[in-house]
Amino acid sequence: MASTLRDLREQILRAACAAGEGHIASAFSILDILWVLYHGILRHNPANPADPARDRFVLSKGHASLGIYGILATRGFFPMEELKTFASSSGRLGGHPDSRKVPGVEASTGSLGHGMPMAAGMALGLKIRKSSSRVVCIVGDGECNEGAVWEAALLAAHHKLGHFTCVVDFNHSGDRALMLGDLAAKFRSFDWDVVEIDGHDHAQIEAALKPHDGDVPRAVIASTIKGKGCKEMENNPAWHHKAPKVDELEAMLAQLA
Amino acid sequence: MRKQFVTTMERLLDEDPRLVVLLGDIGVFAFRHAFQKHPKRVINIGILEQATVSVAAGLAKEGFIPLFHSIAPFVVERAFEQIKVDFGYQALGGHFVSVGGSYDYAALGCSHHCPGDVELMQAVPGMQILAPGHPAEFDSLMSQTFASGKPTYHRLSERSNSEARPVTFGKAEIEQLGSGPVIVTVGPFLDRVIEASSGSDATILYYTTLAPFDDETLREHAGDGRILCVEPFYEGTLAASITNALRGKRIALSSMGVPRRFLTDYGHASYHDAACGLLAADIRARLDELRHV
Ligand SMILES: Cc1ncc(C[n+]2csc(CCOP(=O)(O)OP(=O)(O)O)c2C)c(N)n1
Repeated sequence: MASTLRDLREQILRAACAAGEGHIASAFSILDILWVLYHGILRHNPANPADPARDRFVLSKGHASLGIYGILATRGFFPMEELKTFASSSGRLGGHPDSRKVPGVEASTGSLGHGMPMAAGMALGLKIRKSSSRVVCIVGDGECNEGAVWEAALLAAHHKLGHFTCVVDFNHSGDRALMLGDLAAKFRSFDWDVVEIDGHDHAQIEAALKPHDGDVPRAVIASTIKGKGCKEMENNPAWHHKAPKVDELEAMLAQLA
Repeated sequence: MRKQFVTTMERLLDEDPRLVVLLGDIGVFAFRHAFQKHPKRVINIGILEQATVSVAAGLAKEGFIPLFHSIAPFVVERAFEQIKVDFGYQALGGHFVSVGGSYDYAALGCSHHCPGDVELMQAVPGMQILAPGHPAEFDSLMSQTFASGKPTYHRLSERSNSEARPVTFGKAEIEQLGSGPVIVTVGPFLDRVIEASSGSDATILYYTTLAPFDDETLREHAGDGRILCVEPFYEGTLAASITNALRGKRIALSSMGVPRRFLTDYGHASYHDAACGLLAADIRARLDELRHV
């Protein structure tokens, strides 16, 4: 069981190392946000993952799957032990989260730009059903290049999806390709309510993600560090899609904050 | 093959000022020297595949030879309509170079599996489709088609045959001539087909150009019409090309490729080879089956 974020990082590193696979830095970037979301914000029910009264969470940047697996295991959706099967041919925890297999995973993501519109669709469905559940998704800043993200932003505002929150994991990994400029202003111009936070400050995360009233969707622009908590990985593009070798593991574990 | 891709493009960037390379935020490190040398013509365009294909079409209209590179599903499936209308219908020249076809990225799941790329590209009239089986074959086919003025799809594979063949665009190579069934195979599957048919009297035709399909070579060497197609993408992808080449002839066609279901397991490509029944022993069994037809 991982009782602290440091423990969780360790489990993730070990799982990736065993598999020789994984987007660890992408997971570490959002681990604080996931931790806060699943400790008091999102209503979830590990005993009945499909409980209609649950809140929905969609990891649109699905390559950070190790992050959501770790958190779901921490909450009891499946045993932490299962992380050891990550990416194996016999396991259900793949390089991207699969809603056909993994309890607590709401959408099969991996192709960037699908998760957020799917989350908007869930929010629309919940609204039609007059449900009190809310929907939260996390997109990457690179993912915000995709047109589908902005198409969904347009329609979420139009359909007054106030119970829909989109967190942008703004670790600037995408700057090498396209500068997003003032992301908060862009969402505001799409008629969203925007909050800017430090994505590693738990009090700020909690304040931004608490349920709120009204019919305006909320964007949370979270300033983050890709690879947060493991020095060598922090803001190091070489670690985007890479797993530590067995003989590198101890050194990486020693770096964990 | 990915390394060769970079080397070939570095050479073509030097040779032809019309080439513009657009990377879909992948392969960026591998292209680092090219970025430095040709900062205006090597661009990490970002993660926006649909716009990228249309932008590439715009570049083509302005006289450039655009090349777009990303993982197979994001090149072919995500931006398919842009490829069809902007390149196909407008008959513009440009190159689409994918990695991760079929289950090369096995551990990444459905979003990164792409056994349907060639079949989709076949649905774009005029699209040239290439599946080299060796880095040197990629270099050769890219060079031969580079300035063809046609839209061209290059399917790179993580795995290669041990030796390159002297490939000619639009032509199949006759790997082996025999009196038995004819095996039509493609790119990286040649080695396993040779292994499977060792000691047999099969004819082996090796295709690296899938469209336009070389009808002539197949017609000339179709033997008594017993044909086994061993393809590294969805089974049956080449069936229409084969039956069209042999129209009017009585044939028994057996297709082996990636089965038409979602692959829900992870692991490595070699695991999926076995799970999909695409090992040399499986090929041998199909060949023997055909013998009794
Ligand atoms: C449609 C699509 N295009 C390309 C990719 C390949 N890819 C996976 S992760 C990634 C970078 C994502 O950047 P970002 O969203 O900022 O996530 P982070 O850097 O935080 O991992 C890319 C290009 C993909 N998964 N989906």
